[in-house]
Amino acid sequence: MQVKSEWTPTIVAFCCNWCSYAGADLSGTNRLQYPANVKIIRIPCSCRLNPMFVLRAFQRGADGVILCGCHPGDCHYTTGNYYARRRMTLLFSLLDYLGIERERTRVEWVSAAEGAKFAATMNDFVQTVTQLGENRRLEDLRCKSE
Amino acid sequence: MQERIRSRAIALLESGACDRVLGWKAGEFFYDVTPAVFTTPEQVGKEFVWGPFCGANLSKYLIQESRKGGKVAAFLKPCDSYSFVQLLKEHRIWRENTYIVGVPCQGMCDIDAIRGQGFKGILSVTEEGEDLEVDTLYGCRAMPRREALAERCLCCKSRKIVLCDERLGPDGEENPNVRFEEVKRLEAMTPQQRYDFWRGELSRCIRCNACRNVCPACSCEKCVFDNPSSGAENKAAADSFEENLFHIIRAFHVAGRCTDCGECSRVCPQHIPLHLLNRKLIQDMNTLYGTYQAGADLDTRPPLVSYTPEDPEPSVVGTIGGRA
Amino acid sequence: MKKLPISQLPALFAHISQGQKLYIPADVGGVPQFALWQPGMEMTRSLNTARSAKDLFFPQVENMVNFKVTGKQIDVVESRDPGEDFVLFGVRACDCRSFDILDSVFLDAPEDTYYKTRRDHATVITLGCTEPEETCFCTAMGIDPTTPGGDASGWIAEDTLYLQAHTPKGEALLDSLPMLQAAQSEAVEAARQQLRAVLDRLPLKELPLEGFTQERMMTLFHSPKWKSLSESCLGCGSCTFVCPTCQCYDIRDFDDGRQIRRYRCWDSCMYSDFTCMSAGQPRPTQMERFRQRFMHKLVYYPANHQGVFGCVGCGRCLQKCPIHMNIVKVAKALGEEIQ
Repeated sequence: MQVKSEWTPTIVAFCCNWCSYAGADLSGTNRLQYPANVKIIRIPCSCRLNPMFVLRAFQRGADGVILCGCHPGDCHYTTGNYYARRRMTLLFSLLDYLGIERERTRVEWVSAAEGAKFAATMNDFVQTVTQLGENRRLEDLRCKSE
Repeated sequence: MQERIRSRAIALLESGACDRVLGWKAGEFFYDVTPAVFTTPEQVGKEFVWGPFCGANLSKYLIQESRKGGKVAAFLKPCDSYSFVQLLKEHRIWRENTYIVGVPCQGMCDIDAIRGQGFKGILSVTEEGEDLEVDTLYGCRAMPRREALAERCLCCKSRKIVLCDERLGPDGEENPNVRFEEVKRLEAMTPQQRYDFWRGELSRCIRCNACRNVCPACSCEKCVFDNPSSGAENKAAADSFEENLFHIIRAFHVAGRCTDCGECSRVCPQHIPLHLLNRKLIQDMNTLYGTYQAGADLDTRPPLVSYTPEDPEPSVVGTIGGRA
Repeated sequence: MKKLPISQLPALFAHISQGQKLYIPADVGGVPQFALWQPGMEMTRSLNTARSAKDLFFPQVENMVNFKVTGKQIDVVESRDPGEDFVLFGVRACDCRSFDILDSVFLDAPEDTYYKTRRDHATVITLGCTEPEETCFCTAMGIDPTTPGGDASGWIAEDTLYLQAHTPKGEALLDSLPMLQAAQSEAVEAARQQLRAVLDRLPLKELPLEGFTQERMMTLFHSPKWKSLSESCLGCGSCTFVCPTCQCYDIRDFDDGRQIRRYRCWDSCMYSDFTCMSAGQPRPTQMERFRQRFMHKLVYYPANHQGVFGCVGCGRCLQKCPIHMNIVKVAKALGEEIQ
């Protein structure tokens, strides 16, 4: 008999190549656990994150989207994350204004040395989104039905 | 005022100071004026109009007109002048080929606001002091002029002409903060209520692109939504996601560059209050990064191409604006 | 002829919608549009809907077929809407004529089965105009709004709705409505007279259209007026999307990750990416795109359809164009020139 497994959210994590992506690696080599439903997409810098990417992630089935970049002041390109911070603040605020739950989007600064923070962040975000449930308000039904 | 504008236009053409004049051309009725380029004094004398229905923002046309060679004179209202300066700032208009005449504005009327008052078969509207005399196929009736004003004019941010070569009247007052009431009302709602509100509005979108094509800030040579190679080309919204997608991306793309001229809402055939998206972003930028008005000057750096190390973290979302 | 007191319209609507879906022109979010009738929904007081009635037969987005790919095998999966009977109530004479124009395009061989399914399932009840707008010019396009056509037509005179069937389908529908009473046609005749009097006073009742003939096609095509007419056109699609006779569409694929969904959606000759195939866009500037739209309605279409114009004079483009350039201004400017 097939038992329908409990719903788990799909999380898309955009990670800066120079810090958070390495942080994710470190958490892996340290054998720290974080849920497998976090899909990491490597980007060259947090400021590479185009708002279109965030919306596309939701369209294609993400229930939460998180951006991880270098701590402010530590950007590999000096200032990229400062711009990303402004952009994502405004974008997430606009989504919130449209009634999209603000807990579905997040920005965290994770350095290459913070493997533990990476795992903790992902665990916490997955838990938050699990409580929220499935993304309904920014879903594309075509990508959901069988 | 129409006579003064016409005589200035004629003088500019006759003296050879300008080769072309950008203004408004009379239509079939009193309200259907069309932006037009005039090249002869005779044309100006015959067809150039100025009146309470000259709402169209002429600045965007200057992108093309200023590149055609020769000098073009343009008659700009206060809100048009903000768009003009913003486009200059973005190096989209060649300033040396333009001559700007600032025209004071008392607010523009919206024919749909008049139709909304129950008038049918409207033949003419004449200004009688504070009232409008509306003549229709079915009789004549007066209404207060204020009730015919476009939404954007009821809460006009500024009656100041930011930049011009000459002006036809004194500047009016600035009221940059009166326009956020509706944004605050939405912010005070629950997410579900806001979601329902925007679904109701955006579900009417027919993707005619009028909002985008009229927008002075939307001056890309090729929009991602029109570009088959962009991976985002989209001619019609196939479902609710795509309805949201277009408007979120568009509002975000003009953030920090939108002067809040309100053209997007004026032209929407489905009466979607698109300006409320732009105003939310303007209000957020003012709150978070300091007051900024796009198009107010040529030098200040727009909020999205600058930063301070002390900027608030994105976790601030949801705690700003009209909420307790 | 049959009649019904206006106060009983909700009962009429309720009765019709028991058997099939009913669409009426109603205000939705403050904008008049054809909407699925639900208890409590009232007819709009506006003359016409913002979008036209063509939506019911030729929706903006429509699924055509899906493809499922498994390894090297491609399965074709039917995804079309099978269609069901519906009644379209309150169509004006202009929109009703637009169905004939769409029919001549979609039902001509090879038949468009998606469109045909919807047409076959529909019963159209027209409604006579009582208060035309200043933007109306259906009479200039050869339409007589005093006889609006459809499967049945309705007239509102004072507080009574009069209904007259024209086709077996219309007759069957009216026969199935027990609340209708037999009536004489005097009141309708009086309403027609009243309408005629208003039509006579319409500012756009006549347009100089005599010169728009096949013989003059090239003269019109090369007219220098197109440049100034199209100068301020923004290249948006408002006019095409509110137009009851514009029928261009694009067919596109969407990959949802499991299957390819082939759908069609409205397209506009005003767009820079219209018919953008491997050879690119054949009309490089807005002047050419603008000319195409009006030449199609005023010259090409009548040349192929016994002189019937591809415009029904509903006036929507006059009301909705952001810069107020429209077919009336074009017809007048060119008509003046060729006379």
